[in-house]
Amino acid sequence: MDVELLSRLQFAGTIMFHYLFPPLSIGLGLQLFLCELMYFRTRDLAWESAARFWTRVFAVNFGLGVASGIVMEFEFGTNWAAYSRFVGDVFGSALAAEGIFAFFLESGFLAVLVFGWDRVGPKLHLFSTLMVFLGSMFSAVWIVVANSWQQTPAGYHIVWHDVQGESWPRAEVTDFWAMVFNPSSVDRLSHTLIGALVLGAFFVSSVCAYYLLRGRHLEVARRCLRISLPTTLLFSLLAAVTGHDSAQKLVETQPAKLAAMEAHFESSDEPTGLYLFGWPDVERERVVGGVRLPRLLSFLVYNDLSRPVPGLDQIPQEDRPPVWLPFQAFHLMVGIGTMLIIVAGLANWFWFRGRLESRRWLLWILVVMPLAAMVANHAGWITAEVGRQPWIVYPSVQDGVPMMGLRTSEGLSESVTAEQVLSSIVLFSIIYSMLFAVWIFVLNHKIQHGPESVAELAAHKERLGRGGMTQLLRDQGRPLGGGLLDEEPRS
Amino acid sequence: MIDYDTLTFIWFVLLGVLLCGYTILDGFDLGVGILHPWIARNDNERRLVMNSIGPLWDGNEVWLVTFGGALFAAFPVAYATVFSSFYLAFYLLLACLIGRAVSLEFRSKVHSERWRKAWDIAFFGSSLTAALLLGVAGGNVLQGMELGPRYRYEGSLFSQLGWYPLLVGLLTVSLFALHGAIYLFLKTEDALQERVRKSITPLFFVFSSLYLLVSLTTWWHAPHSLDNLRAHPWLWIVPALNFLAVLNVPRAMYLGRPGYAFFSSSMVILALASLFSVAVFPYLMRSSIALEYGITLESARSSQQTLGTMLIIAGIGMPCVLSYTLVIYWVFRGKVKLDSSSY
Ligand code: HDD
Ligand code: HEM
Ligand code: HEM
Repeated sequence: MDVELLSRLQFAGTIMFHYLFPPLSIGLGLQLFLCELMYFRTRDLAWESAARFWTRVFAVNFGLGVASGIVMEFEFGTNWAAYSRFVGDVFGSALAAEGIFAFFLESGFLAVLVFGWDRVGPKLHLFSTLMVFLGSMFSAVWIVVANSWQQTPAGYHIVWHDVQGESWPRAEVTDFWAMVFNPSSVDRLSHTLIGALVLGAFFVSSVCAYYLLRGRHLEVARRCLRISLPTTLLFSLLAAVTGHDSAQKLVETQPAKLAAMEAHFESSDEPTGLYLFGWPDVERERVVGGVRLPRLLSFLVYNDLSRPVPGLDQIPQEDRPPVWLPFQAFHLMVGIGTMLIIVAGLANWFWFRGRLESRRWLLWILVVMPLAAMVANHAGWITAEVGRQPWIVYPSVQDGVPMMGLRTSEGLSESVTAEQVLSSIVLFSIIYSMLFAVWIFVLNHKIQHGPESVAELAAHKERLGRGGMTQLLRDQGRPLGGGLLDEEPRS
Repeated sequence: MIDYDTLTFIWFVLLGVLLCGYTILDGFDLGVGILHPWIARNDNERRLVMNSIGPLWDGNEVWLVTFGGALFAAFPVAYATVFSSFYLAFYLLLACLIGRAVSLEFRSKVHSERWRKAWDIAFFGSSLTAALLLGVAGGNVLQGMELGPRYRYEGSLFSQLGWYPLLVGLLTVSLFALHGAIYLFLKTEDALQERVRKSITPLFFVFSSLYLLVSLTTWWHAPHSLDNLRAHPWLWIVPALNFLAVLNVPRAMYLGRPGYAFFSSSMVILALASLFSVAVFPYLMRSSIALEYGITLESARSSQQTLGTMLIIAGIGMPCVLSYTLVIYWVFRGKVKLDSSSY
């Protein structure tokens, strides 16, 4: 195998592994913050117990996100040296800004969030939780901006530098804000963040549904569902809306990607249809066994039922992306997106009517939904990144002047050999499989253990003798532990 | 508008600051990892030792991440060449950093002797190897690497493991262990603290002999490191301060002022890192094949506009970073105690 293929495999593998964790951190961060906000406003210990529990889950996930993220940070240099030289002037600033603005914020306040429960007051703690959540959102911002720039570059020009007798091109920033707000960054960033929030909402709902099915930790589970269920519906609807926006942009900025996602081989004057599913046969340029809804793609892309969408035949052969993978990944994502909307809708409906707990089949569906959301997130990236091929930096037109792009094959490190890449792949496959197993094991361990009961938490606070809690109970004239439990079932 | 060469120099200094921040801060928690199996005798003590860095290590590591990002942004050519040249060594370092992160995170999550034992070994092994590799990398950059024409690296992992880089690696290990021991002394109590105290003197002697050895061999093996000192004699202040800081460590311990000793060992690291910067300037990577193949600040830097924008970003960001770093260290000041949220 050659260095290019191996490096691509390695990049895909390491980033997909990294991307197991951040979306859950972002999504769970919001849920955690909401739980703690509820505790802050009601001083109901069940909310605090919930917040403490989600913090423990969050910390496990976060640790792995950090560990796998450090690899990503340096992989541009190790495996894609020529690319790093080409984009460094543009891309580096985004990466550095991420470190300074996001990672420091996150990791600093994470310490207070995780270790500060018994050390700082509720106000500072709530503030730290908010900062961790915002920090994890910011980390996504800069990296997605950087990625969007390589999909739809803007605000730069190409400068040729003399390197010991040869002339090498480099992209240099001319307009920082045009670079940041390149044509796709806002759409893709909002869609990516929403994707993460969807995952977080379904994750919390899943754990709570599991507790309801098992009849455990009811007071915490019922409360958390009050937050997580509405957010599943809200965010899965928003995912469809923002995804639709992304697709509309693609026809202008990356028509080849859009054509690949839809396996739209031949342009014609007829309006274009949309496949529900199918099996693209690239050699014979057609889709086998597909079901196609007429005119729908034209409508989705142009809001116009009769305008044809350009096909792959408009793209020179050597600039065409692979078709099969983007097609399947895209359809998987959209399929899952639709399913999530339906499940969220049903669950909210029954919850609202007070009947969710007797719909055990629906609870079981909720239990497995986070997997689907995770798959949708990955499928989305596969669509975006494989559809970008064969370019690592897309060619673009700036003020009417066409600008060169950089092909993936031109982005490699000159001095790295296939054996080296292979050894790092082997090393990291072993490490990552172990980490993955441990992650699942510890996550399961935490979930099986569950949150402390309100009585346990109250006793713990009593032992600490911080006064706050006992004072509160005295104010309410209630005996310790009892009376606080919200036991009335929602029928 | 600041002129291009000044901006370049400012960024060279800022990278130095990030590198110092990283080595001082992650230095003590790597050191704690190296001492962990030797100092702690039972599960409770092991947890205490790990929790002494529990809330801090992640923030400390972000200095490395930011250093990487800033190197990418300010000197992309150096970022690309350095990391592709150190390919395998770097992946080993990354594996170690991962190993540390997860062993801290996971060790105490499960009540099982075997589970904890395995993570203890991982914690120690990865801390030790990470410190060694960081030093080896520094040693290679100091002596110059086999960089051919047009940034093509012609060496291999084995040529990076020469005796000189390994010696610098050992120096780094001993320095971090000493720094970590002083930190632990500040954070622990009773029998554990007593054991830590007893380890400081031997650690100091190991460190100072390696320090002398490396100083002498640098003189002989990498004489070009002294070029800048010869050209600007006032720079001799740096090694002089370095020497004083080294002596000040045992003095402060003897005076019973461990906080001051910790400050001194931080200064030792600061001075060594500054000495390193003085030695490599104006190269970011020196070629041992031919001088003109080396990567200088000038050939590696980003455009003037990017360096300027980044300076604004750093100007806004760094004060925030420093202020909440201080807040976190203040919240978690004092001796470590185990509580419901500890590892
Ligand atoms: C829970 C996650 C999730 C869900 C339910 C969806 N997506 Fe998505 N999608 C993502 C998570 C995601 C992502 C991981 O966030 C991606 C990858 C890269 C990006 O910018 O966002 C993405 C990319 C992505 C792209 C490519 C953007 C580009 O390459 O520039 C398009 C066109 C869509 N999505 C469209 C949709 C549509 C029409 C959906 C209908 C329901 C949908 N997505 C659901
Ligand atoms: C800012 C963020 C990202 C950047 C800068 C980036 C950049 C890259 C680069 C340099 C490559 C290797 C060359 C190539 O084959 O194109 C690549 C490939 C890839 N990336 Fe990304 N990526 C980013 C985010 C992600 C994320 C979050 C995922 C998914 C979890 C992802 C999935 C992939 C995949 C699947 C490939 C392989 C494509 C192929 O087979 O050619 N990327 N990306
Ligand atoms: C190839 C591109 C990427 C690089 C170089 C990268 C780099 C990193 C690094 C170095 C860390 C650890 C930070 C720390 O020490 O605290 C990290 C964590 C994180 N990254 Fe990435 N990352 C990439 C892709 C992404 C993408 C595409 C997203 C989101 C859409 C993302 C979101 C996060 C978040 C939220 C964290 C915090 C850790 C966690 O929440 O689990 N990253 N990343």
